[in-house]
Amino acid sequence: MNRITRTWTTLAEQNQKALIGYLTAGDPDPETSFHILLAACRAGLDILELGVPFSDPTADGPVIQAAAQRALQGGMTLPGVLRLAKRLRSEVDTPILLFGYYNPFLQYGLGKLAADTVEAGVDGLLIVDLPPEETEPLQQALRGTGLHQVLLVAPSTRPDRVREIASRTQGFLYLITKPGTTGEGGLDVEQIARHARQVKGLSPLPVCLGFGIRNAEDVRMLAPLADGVVVGSALVRVISEARDAPDLPARLAAKIRELRL
Amino acid sequence: MNAYHGRYPDARGHFGPYGGRFVGETLMTPLMDIEAAWKEAKADAGFMDAFHRLLRDYAGRPTPLDVAERLSDQIGGARIYLKREDCTHTGAHKINNVLGQGLLAQRMGRRRIIAETGAGQHGVASATIAARFGMECKVFMGEEDIRRQAPNVQRMELLGADVVPVRSGTRTLKDAMNEALRYWAGHAEDTFYIIGTVSGPHPYPEMVRDFQRVIGDESRRQILEKIGRLPDLIVACVGGGSNAMGMFYPFLEDPPELLGAEAAGKGLHTSCHAASISGGSPGELHGAMTYLLQDRDGQIQEAWSISAGLDYPGVGPEHALLKDLGRVRYEGITDEQAVEAFQLLCRTEGIIPALESSHALASAIREAARRPRKEAILVCLSGRGDKDLQHVQTYLSRQTNSSKEGGR
Repeated sequence: MNRITRTWTTLAEQNQKALIGYLTAGDPDPETSFHILLAACRAGLDILELGVPFSDPTADGPVIQAAAQRALQGGMTLPGVLRLAKRLRSEVDTPILLFGYYNPFLQYGLGKLAADTVEAGVDGLLIVDLPPEETEPLQQALRGTGLHQVLLVAPSTRPDRVREIASRTQGFLYLITKPGTTGEGGLDVEQIARHARQVKGLSPLPVCLGFGIRNAEDVRMLAPLADGVVVGSALVRVISEARDAPDLPARLAAKIRELRL
Repeated sequence: MNAYHGRYPDARGHFGPYGGRFVGETLMTPLMDIEAAWKEAKADAGFMDAFHRLLRDYAGRPTPLDVAERLSDQIGGARIYLKREDCTHTGAHKINNVLGQGLLAQRMGRRRIIAETGAGQHGVASATIAARFGMECKVFMGEEDIRRQAPNVQRMELLGADVVPVRSGTRTLKDAMNEALRYWAGHAEDTFYIIGTVSGPHPYPEMVRDFQRVIGDESRRQILEKIGRLPDLIVACVGGGSNAMGMFYPFLEDPPELLGAEAAGKGLHTSCHAASISGGSPGELHGAMTYLLQDRDGQIQEAWSISAGLDYPGVGPEHALLKDLGRVRYEGITDEQAVEAFQLLCRTEGIIPALESSHALASAIREAARRPRKEAILVCLSGRGDKDLQHVQTYLSRQTNSSKEGGR
């Protein structure tokens, strides 16, 4: 069974919500990144969103843009991300979802991508600029692999389209909480609650909220509205604010334990 | 080529394997709304009338088309005809598209527009129509381009636009477009994004082409009046490719050869060029599948050209298709060739062309020299070169210095 699906079963049994963490692979450098990711998983992330750095991340705010730049400068590419994932997989059982933009995946070759992600122990893909309308080539490549392709719904997505996306997403449905890009703040909790209720009613799979979630308080406020929450920029910021600190992995682990409360 | 018109793009915005709509879900609904509004507007005679009235009474169309007598004589081959988009209000073909999209924004009840710009021509055009329509305007421009194109920054500000410096990535056109897309994702409810070329997600490549085809439509009429037949060859420069698409589109099913001049910068064999078709490979950027400058990991590479308006690592998806179909030939023109053509046109015709358009001229000059006098070559002179004077001066003085040093 796909580790993402298994996670939902376990969480449901324990009546718990998922804490999903985004970190850019290779940030601030390949080796430190491995130790950070490992510490993050061990600190209790339910799902790891592993960012594949891209030169032109149009859906990301400044914090994650800068992380991608650092990772690219350190030489991180998709083959490197897969090596990193494989190394992580030998240590932890946390579900890994690759999070990125279409072009690096496309240039890697979709068939090879499907084979190599399975081999690396990756559980799914979330490609921000690949809407359901354009996903057929990837879906064909993923057929029979058990890999999930997670789709997103935005505040602007209209109900008939939400229903369509919800019926096609795999693993869970990612509900974007606010207009704009990734990055902290700008959340309207009442509106998110309304939207989450509506989307949950249309989705057969778990629904997770992401974009703009800053801290433990946000997590506590939003988690009851859905099946899980995604924290990205707030984690990446721990790296960008102290990227030469020798105890970065411990700092990340502390941050995640704080969010898990 | 038969049955091209009406066939591309398909209902999902695909030009064969190119085009499409590769954007985050946040932008899908705004794009579908624009597509629906554009379909309705296109079928509305009132809307198209208003557009053509503005082209005539505000932009100054039709623009002239005439033979370049002294230039042709000097080359001594085929006759060169110039379609003078430099004569439009604001001095480049960009005004055609922004008038169309501005009207559409108005029709959709949007009071705020945003635009990305490289050379500043599209930014100036957007600021211009924002003033004309009484809209708020924000123009995203790379910090590097702000430095290279100071006069256009002053123009935009004079016209009341807010020029937003973009400091991410390479600080040029591609990053300005990234930033415009990010801003739009946060403000799509009340803001219309006017993309300046035939790139981007569906419906932009189709819509911008349809607003720019007035160049080709007028040219066909004018050249028939002048010489009683269609030209043998039509040449236009290709960065994103909107003037070329506008010029070529009405001729796609006709006999003339079509030639797109890309910016080869310091040469296609170097990494300093912006020739996505001649020196790139297929991939996805800014919402469309097309030819790109990229490394083998799919990271987008920096484009390079003396002309800021061609300095973009992608190209409109319809050009990608036309290249694969073999209907349009694309070739690279170096900085040096473009500057030579720039100078030649100044001296033989009394016209200062934009550096972008000088790439098309250089291609045309090369072709004219190989062809008999009875052949006719039509060039899209997409814009005026006043904005480039400083740049050309600097380039020429550097050339002089380095050749002096080389002679020592």
